[in-house]
Amino acid sequence: MIAAIAFYLFATLTIASAVAVIFARNPVHSVLWLILSFFNAAGLMLLMGAEFIAMLVVIVYVGAVAVLFLFVVMMLDIDFAQLRSGFTRNLPFGIIIAMILLAEIVVAAMGWKAGPALSGRAIPATNQPNIVALGQLLYSRYLFAFEIAGLILLVAMVGAIVLTHRSRGDLRTPKVSRQIARRPDEAIRNMDPGVGEGMKL
Amino acid sequence: MIGLTHYLTVAAILFTVGVLGIFLNRRNVILMLMAIELILLAVNINLVAFSAYLGDLTGQVLAMFVLTVAAAEAAIGLAILVIFFRRRGSIAVDDVNRMRG
Repeated sequence: MIAAIAFYLFATLTIASAVAVIFARNPVHSVLWLILSFFNAAGLMLLMGAEFIAMLVVIVYVGAVAVLFLFVVMMLDIDFAQLRSGFTRNLPFGIIIAMILLAEIVVAAMGWKAGPALSGRAIPATNQPNIVALGQLLYSRYLFAFEIAGLILLVAMVGAIVLTHRSRGDLRTPKVSRQIARRPDEAIRNMDPGVGEGMKL
Repeated sequence: MIGLTHYLTVAAILFTVGVLGIFLNRRNVILMLMAIELILLAVNINLVAFSAYLGDLTGQVLAMFVLTVAAAEAAIGLAILVIFFRRRGSIAVDDVNRMRG
């Protein structure tokens, strides 16, 4: 009973905040609705018994991706009202397409039956925690895919830095090679000569 | 009782909302990226739902990989958006076809 209530609560909030993401006038509000949607989707995944994926959704999506979106939205000075000009013109067509798509997916999901081919290779249920089982699978059978995932993240990181990095001409940065090549006899010294003694060059 | 079909329906609606978001905000790249994130979230819910239904953890492993790719895609997409905004001063996608080279 409590599981059903939790499911309907999480599902309703997920879908409602997803709708609010695409209909919000202010993009900052969009990002905040997106965060709410992610939290509720993590709740749905908790209900399904996938604790690790739920925590991962909270950490990766809310902690990294949503904050990145928020950062970009606030950093760029964009006229969002002008960008919404095609919104109402696209609305009827978009609704029609979305309804057709939803009908197709729901028909497919309702007519679906789990065949023996799908459930044959099932891993027997154990009493070990979700994260332990997932880790054993990830570091044995899917080790290569796991390493590839790490490589994808590295490429994305390097790519993002290369794309957005720019060398500015109006900055006075220290010239390290000149600083290293500097010798004591050409340096400027602070002297305090006495009266009438003069300077030795 | 909440079964597999309930979760599949939620994921289907979420996916459709994401596609609708791409259709409606055709000029705003940031909202299109957010809609793509919603679509990938729907895919993740589907994967986890089937994983729980079949008792096979492979679905959750795949959900993790989808999560990885989603994070990488968001980072690269936003980086491209930032340099596009620096060049043109706007993020209207209609202007993209004016880029040469």
